Amino acid sequence: MKPRTKRAAWIMAGIAALGVAVALVLNAFQSNLVFFFTPTQVAANEAPRDRAFRIGGLVEAGSLARDSDALTVRFKVTDTARTIPVVYTGILPDLFKEGKGVVAQGKLGPDGVFRASEILAKHDENYMPPAAADALKKAGHPMDKGAFAGQKTEKKS
Amino acid sequence: MIPELGHFALVIALTLALAQAILPLAGAATNRATLMGTARTLATGQFVFVAGAFAALVASFMANDFSVVNVATNSNSRLPGPYRFAASWGSHEGSMLLWTLMLAGWTFAVALFSRHLPERMVARVIGVMGLVSAGFLLFMLLTSNPFARLLPAAADGRDLNPLLQDPGMVIHPPMLYMGYVGFSVAFAFAIAALLEGRLDAAWARWSRPWTTAAWSFLTVGIMLGSWWAYYELGWGGWWFWDPVENASFMPWLAGTALIHSLAVTEKRGTFRSWTVLLAITAFSLSLVGTFLVRSGVLTSVHAFATDPARGIFILGFLVLVIGGSLALFAWRAPRVGLGGGFSPVSRESLLLANNVLLAVALAAVMLGTLYPLFLDALDAGKISVGPPYFEAVFAPLMAPAIFLMAVGPVASWKRAELPALWTRLKWAFAVAVAAGLILPFAFGRWSPLVAFGLLLAAWVIAASVVQVRARIALAPQSGLSARIAAQPAHWYGMVIAHLGIAIFIIGVTLVKGYETERDIRMAPGEKTVIGGYEFTFTGTKDVTGPNYLATQGQFEVRREGDIRIVRSMHPEKRVYQASGQTMTEADIDTGFTGDLYVSLGEPVGDGAWGVRVYHKPFVDWIWGGCLMMALGGILAIADKRYRSRMASHAKLDAALAPSKA
Repeated sequence: MKPRTKRAAWIMAGIAALGVAVALVLNAFQSNLVFFFTPTQVAANEAPRDRAFRIGGLVEAGSLARDSDALTVRFKVTDTARTIPVVYTGILPDLFKEGKGVVAQGKLGPDGVFRASEILAKHDENYMPPAAADALKKAGHPMDKGAFAGQKTEKKS
Repeated sequence: MIPELGHFALVIALTLALAQAILPLAGAATNRATLMGTARTLATGQFVFVAGAFAALVASFMANDFSVVNVATNSNSRLPGPYRFAASWGSHEGSMLLWTLMLAGWTFAVALFSRHLPERMVARVIGVMGLVSAGFLLFMLLTSNPFARLLPAAADGRDLNPLLQDPGMVIHPPMLYMGYVGFSVAFAFAIAALLEGRLDAAWARWSRPWTTAAWSFLTVGIMLGSWWAYYELGWGGWWFWDPVENASFMPWLAGTALIHSLAVTEKRGTFRSWTVLLAITAFSLSLVGTFLVRSGVLTSVHAFATDPARGIFILGFLVLVIGGSLALFAWRAPRVGLGGGFSPVSRESLLLANNVLLAVALAAVMLGTLYPLFLDALDAGKISVGPPYFEAVFAPLMAPAIFLMAVGPVASWKRAELPALWTRLKWAFAVAVAAGLILPFAFGRWSPLVAFGLLLAAWVIAASVVQVRARIALAPQSGLSARIAAQPAHWYGMVIAHLGIAIFIIGVTLVKGYETERDIRMAPGEKTVIGGYEFTFTGTKDVTGPNYLATQGQFEVRREGDIRIVRSMHPEKRVYQASGQTMTEADIDTGFTGDLYVSLGEPVGDGAWGVRVYHKPFVDWIWGGCLMMALGGILAIADKRYRSRMASHAKLDAALAPSKA
């Protein structure tokens, strides 16, 4: 091979490898996207049945129940319009409280119970998961700061 | 009074920064020595005033001055002293001031240690850094004043977020910022080279120690953040691919590519444009990272809507810095030139492959981090991209990079022969394969992923041994110790940093492969066995801390089948009084071959608790590996060839003296 053809071959190989890498990245991206749905959307059957997704809203006050023998908890997530029952086995994050915002990731069971594999913990108690705040807003809930500690409001002098 | 002095010092610093940006750059453009000569003085002055402002903020925190909004929001009279100090940079405003202080500090360091550089280069580097600094000072003064007053003053502060009340958090942000901001020096050097229209081996040699220093700081900063997340968040993970973490990891990837590309530019004079582009990228990503984490945009992109001034300023500044430097690059890069050629099998090619892989990995991380933000900003739906994506993408991209990393230092520059490489490395390869096949059995269970991870680590270690042996055997000195001493520090630095990667891989592989995580309900007196240890929960007791009340779990740890207690562990559940916030404080028994990790979940009735009991084999090797990488960087900087050698620098000066064509 002439040096020129050889170099062209190397460049082609490089581009091909890069193409494969990009294809792999985009494929992984596509299959690992987790979408967010509000309780109202879930109730309207807009959420997928076979794929993990996230729901968000408030933990309905008085809905938290604990199985006595294990670490399984049941609670309801509400956007004030609709509620979705959630079951989760494991240790809840420190910031999980009734009446506060929550985001859960998991799958919807055939019985309409959301089986959470993960309850999202965040770093700040003044923090309202934006997804949860959004769910409330979409359901037409007035942004009652007291109810869920609001989004962190910047104070100014 | 002190806060006002601090505010005033910031205003003066801004005027000095503007002067520092304009005068030396104008001087360099018009070739006026007097103007160029102002660079060092102005940089020093700016540093003094920013440091004064920072001292004023620290003083306000230490004195519990709750008439300052920043102090009232982020501190409390019962907060212990060291955390009051660290609270100075706990808020958005304070962290911006810390950032600016670091930038002024790096600029001051450039002013001090650049006596041997051509005057025009120094003037441009300091001028560019002045521009960046002016941007940050303006941002603070217009939108994020750390000294804003609160009238009437608060009786007491709202306390620092308990998660940040931790020794790791005291040093993590300064380290990270030293890294972020350190890339501004590489950036300023790159811009200076573009303005000058020439970029050669000497230029690369000047930028290298600065870049490596920044990279080492960033490595330690990220490592501290990961370590902090592991023990402080209470759930035992060490990396979550969270946007906050990715924001610091992206500049690290760009910086890693940059230090390798700079090596090629210095040794072979090639990769020039690419090096400049990487320097711009690394610093741009540092800026993006700072703002991503600190502006509240991750909490909600709509945070910008509540404070449009801040958002618009940030976007404008980013567009100006990134867009401006890329435009300059497009315009001037052709003048910088490409440099010498090399054969497809050579150290250059291997480093090129490493750079391409790092760049693709960087793009993949960026896609996963920023895409959800873009969608959200456009109101096109809410999505999240979790760890599975990053793991699926990152490992396959990094595996070949690490495989080649072991070959690179053995290959010769310009042209290497595959058969010769094979001859030198075949034993290393055999050792690696054997390690992958056999070692997993030593840990109990063979799995392809563990085997592959250990193979890669063993490959890096064995190839390093081959390389060290060959280099020392070939040294002309007589006597082993003389030969060892004769090798340059920068070469040892590279070897140690690469070994650090191997240690890191071992840690990740073993913890992923053999960790045991058990979340269980435990009543007093109950036992659980994990990783060969038996944990007995004997109950809880109440303890009082300086600013919190805690429930402390009591655990006895024995080796399985033994009755002696080898350790008692006391994880805590704390309630911080000022904020009422609950915090999990894990107890970790750190060991060379792994950690035992216990943390309390919540009480589940009848004195029973939800408890996390984890065994994390070799997890500390992850951070140990990172420290080795940083240590390698420090050794590389310590190399004597970077230190003042007046004679040769005089020659360089002559070669690079302003030549008006």
